[in-house]
Amino acid sequence: MVELDLKAQRGSFHFEVACRFAAPWTVVFGPSGSGKSTLLRLIAGLEIPDAGRICILGQYVTDTEIGLKIPAGRRMTGMVAQLSALFPHLSVAANVAYGLAGRIDLGRQTKQQRIGAMLDLVGALHLADRSPTALSGGEAQRVALARALAPMPRLLLLDEPLSALDANARDQVLTDLQARLKAEDVQTILVTHDAADALATEAEVALLKEGRLIAIGPAEEVLAAERQRLLARLSNGGA
Amino acid sequence: MDWQAFALTVKLASLTTAILICLAVPIAAWLALGRSRWRAVAEAITGLPLVLPPTVLGFYLLVLLGPQTGFGRALTGLIGHPLAFSFSGLVVGSVIYSFPFAVQPIVAGFSSIDGSLIDTARLLGASKIRLLHTILIPLAGRSLLTAAILSFLHTMGEFGVVLMLGGDIPGATRTLSLVLFNQVEGFDYAKANSTALILLIFCVALLVVVYARPKSLAAGGRNG
Repeated sequence: MVELDLKAQRGSFHFEVACRFAAPWTVVFGPSGSGKSTLLRLIAGLEIPDAGRICILGQYVTDTEIGLKIPAGRRMTGMVAQLSALFPHLSVAANVAYGLAGRIDLGRQTKQQRIGAMLDLVGALHLADRSPTALSGGEAQRVALARALAPMPRLLLLDEPLSALDANARDQVLTDLQARLKAEDVQTILVTHDAADALATEAEVALLKEGRLIAIGPAEEVLAAERQRLLARLSNGGA
Repeated sequence: MDWQAFALTVKLASLTTAILICLAVPIAAWLALGRSRWRAVAEAITGLPLVLPPTVLGFYLLVLLGPQTGFGRALTGLIGHPLAFSFSGLVVGSVIYSFPFAVQPIVAGFSSIDGSLIDTARLLGASKIRLLHTILIPLAGRSLLTAAILSFLHTMGEFGVVLMLGGDIPGATRTLSLVLFNQVEGFDYAKANSTALILLIFCVALLVVVYARPKSLAAGGRNG
């Protein structure tokens, strides 16, 4: 469970959200500029709020009142953004291994197995020895996903991470991913601006607009208006 | 050709460059990625030797390291001899004088690295030291090489600080620049020409190394 109460000013943009993400899979939906990425970066610890607190799985990781700020890498949180950000000087396998370097509790063989399993999960095992500069956008996003999952995070933050994949490939990866995350008990928060993506899952949906949380609940309730709009577009021939 | 001065100059430039790179890398990382409000002040101080006349810098170092100041006396007591008019003093002066030539290219190299790569490394648990040696240094390799070569060449050619702080002691503080000055002052233009030519060839050859290096991967691959 993720609980947060945050205020952040970024230029003229004011972000103020207080909520609790309790479902294993939450979709944060909102138009561009609504603060979705800011929300994920605040949870991940890549940005500091002006005021507020964040509690991840029962542990406070940010609390501005007492000056608490657990660094990004110590929140047991993985994140994949739209830009895959693979380290260009390391091979695909070395990229996936990067987050495992600090896991002294895992033996070398276990780490190798984990790297192989994560690459296999996203359908990128055959790319292990390649350089990231030789990958397509979709392949790079798959590898970035494997890299985020390798250190066994308890919370996974996905910021439109499969946007470069076609719809079929995306559905396949998401289905496999959901099953794996469920098996490993990893809570996931997925950000999207695509209503179809949000409606396609049975996840809890949080609707964000202009830096405020408008609604949170089942997709069919929170996105009822969006659903009607999509249906109207379909009946009008997709115009 | 004064080979003793040549060897001393190369020794001075090599030692200065090695010290500078060790100092400049962590400072440049802090300047490029830090969020401290003191960064602007620190940047101004590191850039000061660029605009300060070398004789001014040499004079203040001469005073600071000499017996007139408490610091100079303490240092003399600690190492057993005054730093002024010694090779060690020259190294200290050269490090300060060439400091911006080492720091600024590395700051530029670190700053050009895609911020999402740094964020990702942090998310994956990289400490500051691991971030430095696994991401920043490999991706800014070209900038580090540039910094090393510029520092080396700048030290090879320095004159004002060497003259003020080191004097002109053969085998101890007489560098090629001082030899060239002495040759010109003595109207020995033939020898001055060969000394100047050596410095010129050194500079051109090393600058070719800088410009011949392939472009860095700092901005990330086409996968974004």
